[in-house]
Amino acid sequence: MASRLEPRATATELITDIPSLRADFPILHQEVHGKPLIYLDSAASSQRSQAVLDAILHHEQHDHANVHRGVHALSQRSTEAYEGARETIRAYINAASSAEIIFTRGTTESINLVATSLGQLQLNPGDEVLVTGMEHHSNLVPWQMICERTGARVIPAPITRAGELDRAEFTARLSKRTKIVALTHVSNALGTINPVQELIAEAHEAGALVLIDGAQAAPHLKIDVQALDCDFYALSGHKMFGPTGAGILYGKRTLLDAMPPYQGGGEMILTVSFEEATFNTLPHKFEAGTPNISGVIGLATAFDYLSAIDFDALARHEHDLLEYATSELLELPGVRIIGTAAQKASVLSFLFDNIHAHDLGTIVDREGVAIRTGHHCAMPVMDFFGVPATARASFALYNNRDDVDGLIRGLRVALEMFS
Amino acid sequence: MNELQDLYREVILDHNRRPRNFGELEDPDRIVEGVNPLCGDRMTLYVKLDGDTVQDIRFKGTGCAISVASSSLMTEKVKGASLQESLKLFEKVHDMLTAADYDDSADLEDLDKLAALSGVREYPSRVKCASLSWHALKSALTSVDDKISTE
Repeated sequence: MASRLEPRATATELITDIPSLRADFPILHQEVHGKPLIYLDSAASSQRSQAVLDAILHHEQHDHANVHRGVHALSQRSTEAYEGARETIRAYINAASSAEIIFTRGTTESINLVATSLGQLQLNPGDEVLVTGMEHHSNLVPWQMICERTGARVIPAPITRAGELDRAEFTARLSKRTKIVALTHVSNALGTINPVQELIAEAHEAGALVLIDGAQAAPHLKIDVQALDCDFYALSGHKMFGPTGAGILYGKRTLLDAMPPYQGGGEMILTVSFEEATFNTLPHKFEAGTPNISGVIGLATAFDYLSAIDFDALARHEHDLLEYATSELLELPGVRIIGTAAQKASVLSFLFDNIHAHDLGTIVDREGVAIRTGHHCAMPVMDFFGVPATARASFALYNNRDDVDGLIRGLRVALEMFS
Repeated sequence: MNELQDLYREVILDHNRRPRNFGELEDPDRIVEGVNPLCGDRMTLYVKLDGDTVQDIRFKGTGCAISVASSSLMTEKVKGASLQESLKLFEKVHDMLTAADYDDSADLEDLDKLAALSGVREYPSRVKCASLSWHALKSALTSVDDKISTE
């Protein structure tokens, strides 16, 4: 396990044996209701490797003090670990500068930061923010709120019955009025992988800035913000095997420099008098208050963990699980899969005739199987497909075909009960 | 499996499959919409009063088996009952679903088929599914609000 803690530069070979990774996640090795736990809810929150848990505990037990403040040894160790985490993450997502990595509580806070700060700078009455019909509420509501305040409008680009973005409709809605395009890299409710690189280029041609919600992409796809050329990229630690309450906002430096602070307080200032304050430089300008220090350190460890893995092997593993789960599910009577995009992450939303998703969730839970049921914080998606809720099984690097078999077993119990 | 059967008792499965008093009511005195934002359950309750009596009551909407069965059982039980009896029933069901020290021997006779809902208390995430229609009923009978939410 120690070898996976080593940073990429010293790792001799990337890990290709994906099934072996399951052993790194202690929480998975337990029974629930007397049955082995089958955790298929990673799209809601993923589990943490022992390496991440160790890094957090080590910091709390040995190094914890406030960052950027003290001259004493612990404060310096804490600051080095915190700023070291920023550099680890910069390297992983290939940002040009560590000043472009802002630590936040997660994707939601990252998007609120951009919506509030960039919105007040950029949006005027008549301007438009283009989103897609598959956004999570966290990439929709912050834009509605800033549009309410600025007189701009949120314009949704519709999706198709397969759950893919309608490219022609997206293009048709891009105009001179479009100031910001906010779109998800991978849909949490449908699994759809958007062709973000092409969409970013198209939005830039129209003169718009682009924010990518990467919460669901980070555990499945390599991220290179310079290759994508996105203006902002938001992600959450807890969706990519890191802790809750720690995430990042990547932003291009010129944009972040021009944007006003989001929150005021300590850390984000240079000087303060009763009349005025001058603001700190990037990235501290956007990090008011004492941050989630051990969370950030755990997050960087999660990035280290992922950087030791061969993502081609990971993609093959997850694709196999998705294909297997899809074909097994389609064997069951009365099933309907919601989200059938050609490019899909290992997220499977479904429902049955005459069995509500909530009942499915309760019944398979008694078989030890954890799935998400509900609207997945994507009510417009549910409305589009005319369903109140779906059941969702999401597969991560630690899942395997046995987990799929367990899910199908649980669903058969439900089908029998409701027959 | 046994525990599951305690939740999904035959009465509940039956009322989910064939909900009683399902649909709209012509000329109702009260209409209350109930939503459970966490699971997306939505139901509308229609009540026709005759003085102090619930003369007719119907519901429509979508929801899980627990929510549909609870609504169906409720309408069956309060149809023809007085306002006072109905509100007393609300309290009893509410206790059965949520009270920490609930003694199920006390009310079982009064509750009749509604006692089938007693298994829900072992599933805290499902209590709101069972209580949605009852909160709508209380609202309808006390004219508090025409929209209620479990959150």
